[in-house]
Amino acid sequence: MAGIDFDKLKNIVDDKFETVRVLDNDGNVVNKDLFPDLSDEQIVELFKKMVWSRVLNERSTKLNRQGRLGFFAPTAGEEASQIGSEFAMEKEDYILPAYRDVPQLVLHGLPLYKAFLWSRGHVDGNKYPENFNALPPQIIIGAQYVQAAGIALGLKKKGSKNVAYTYTGDGGTSQGDFYEGINFAGAFKAPAIFVVQNNGYAISVPRAKQTAAKTLAQKGVAAGIPFVQVDGMDALAMYSVMKAAREYAAAGNGPVLIETLTYRFGPHTLSGDDPKRYRTAEEEQEWKEKDPLIRMRTYLDKKGLWSEEKEKAWTEEVNKEIDEAMVLTEKAPKQKVSEYLKNVFVDTPATIQEQIDKYTKKEAE
Amino acid sequence: MAKTTMIKAITAAMDEELKRDDKVLVFGEDVGKNGGVFRATDGLQEIYGEDRVFDTPLAESGIGGLAAGLAFTGFRPVPEIQFFGFVFEVMDSIAGQISRERYRMGATRKMPVTFRAPFGGGVHTPELHSDSLEGLMAQTPGLRVVIPSGPYDAKGLLISAIRSDDPVVFLEHMKLYRSVKEEVPDEAYIVPLDKAAVKREGSDVSIITYGYMVQESLKAAEDLAKEGINAEVVDLRTVSPLDEETILASVKKTGRVVLVQEAQAQAGISPAVASLIAEKGILSLEAPIGRVSAPDTPYPFSEAESTWLPNKKDIVEKVKEVVNF
Repeated sequence: MAGIDFDKLKNIVDDKFETVRVLDNDGNVVNKDLFPDLSDEQIVELFKKMVWSRVLNERSTKLNRQGRLGFFAPTAGEEASQIGSEFAMEKEDYILPAYRDVPQLVLHGLPLYKAFLWSRGHVDGNKYPENFNALPPQIIIGAQYVQAAGIALGLKKKGSKNVAYTYTGDGGTSQGDFYEGINFAGAFKAPAIFVVQNNGYAISVPRAKQTAAKTLAQKGVAAGIPFVQVDGMDALAMYSVMKAAREYAAAGNGPVLIETLTYRFGPHTLSGDDPKRYRTAEEEQEWKEKDPLIRMRTYLDKKGLWSEEKEKAWTEEVNKEIDEAMVLTEKAPKQKVSEYLKNVFVDTPATIQEQIDKYTKKEAE
Repeated sequence: MAKTTMIKAITAAMDEELKRDDKVLVFGEDVGKNGGVFRATDGLQEIYGEDRVFDTPLAESGIGGLAAGLAFTGFRPVPEIQFFGFVFEVMDSIAGQISRERYRMGATRKMPVTFRAPFGGGVHTPELHSDSLEGLMAQTPGLRVVIPSGPYDAKGLLISAIRSDDPVVFLEHMKLYRSVKEEVPDEAYIVPLDKAAVKREGSDVSIITYGYMVQESLKAAEDLAKEGINAEVVDLRTVSPLDEETILASVKKTGRVVLVQEAQAQAGISPAVASLIAEKGILSLEAPIGRVSAPDTPYPFSEAESTWLPNKKDIVEKVKEVVNF
């Protein structure tokens, strides 16, 4: 019909996008205004956690190959997005991770050996103290988004100054629960931060096939909530944006949606995925040049805050931590069906009690 | 104490629990100012405020996520699913999340959530409003599924459900909302979960049923009595887990069983009851188990409801067949 330029209407949103960045690929500060309010020591601390995550990724992969760990979704390449965001959060904030977000969960307070037990498929990995504000990694893509809205509303009703934060990937934004989560949080003005870690692929399906939207951040427009796209290979930008989002949400302004542009260097999981089937070597190389660790290392080197020796010593420490955690992991007791049965209900019905008795007897044999 | 309807008894139960425990939250589509499409939450927002009785955006999965998140943060959520036919939209929250959170987290958390929802045929709804989907819920470990058959039980069972630290799916048959009146105490009282009730004592045959079919079965029993057949009517009340003791005691007493449900033959709770009797009560049986249920089609177009839904006549016929075997 004459008189309506639909492309122009669409471009009202599409044309407005900027990707927030603090450090460029060579570790130069390109946005002083957004430089985080962190001391040099704190920035070193942030970088050390990123190295920790990279080492954990490598060791987890090896431990999986040796059959000592089970499920693992590789994290290398996503350290700025994952660790940069976690670094901005408070201990009492409530984290709802997806299955690739184990590093944030551990940094939030889950003992590493419990993360390993979760990977192996042991219930003890999910036994969280009552005051640990976290849920186990979510498997159902999107479920954590609607739950985050609920937890954020609960925090608000209790008058808490804390926030709920959750993660999904680019594919996750196609789920109905993604929209329901951000929309509910918006409608209730609940303190939730929704992070979309856009690593370009939902297993093998490229981002372009998920949606006609130009960015995933702009999906916040429909829910009427603030949204921002961040260079997910830039830990300082991630920290600054997450910190600002946290302050905004905690102040009672409602939720924020953050899209991070990142890349996973490895496969989707270690269960047979081969990225060569859907990614080119050129593309992988292009992203490796944006490695979040290299960028931070270059920045710290220039300031004389880090060195090869320091990194070597730290890596050794991390490896030791992992070894110690594995000792605890391998000491975990054999799981019992009778315990599983006891865990289903608070008030155990007679039908279950009968089965508890049966399995308890079997287990004693 | 006054004679009242099931819908009023349900409102009274929520009123009692909102008053008793400030962690109780009632929410869903239209439950606030409007008081619910059936008026189940009528007047509650006025008394307890928008913080505790509130409307949600129109999205069942979001309501489920809200329930989970609120339970994790220490509340006792009582979400309403406007019609249980919409449960498919919230299946993950119920069956994939809330029912297994305690198990998943090694008993370190509890999920005191009561999902309420109207369901049931005979009131000429559009499709996906009336379906009997309790079987789907009953096959989900970690859930209790409760279906009252009248006002007295509805109030006591709903209070028990809300006080329970485990998740409950509480299904309210629409035809029962205003068709049956019973004496209902004004104060709070408990009807225990996991316990069936013998609604009519009998010696010749056990009619084991739940929900609206309890009413049809009681009417059938009256008719049968005139023909000299003394039927016992067992109301399951909590349809999952089953009260095996009460069921098996009745089977032992009468030796003959007719399982009655509004759900399709392949669905519902009767298959589980039949399995229980086959496993633990078969030596008491003097005849094959009889079944009255709906045909295995999706819920019918509403004009054909009355030919599709099981009724008193079907029950009388089946009971005679089993008694005369």
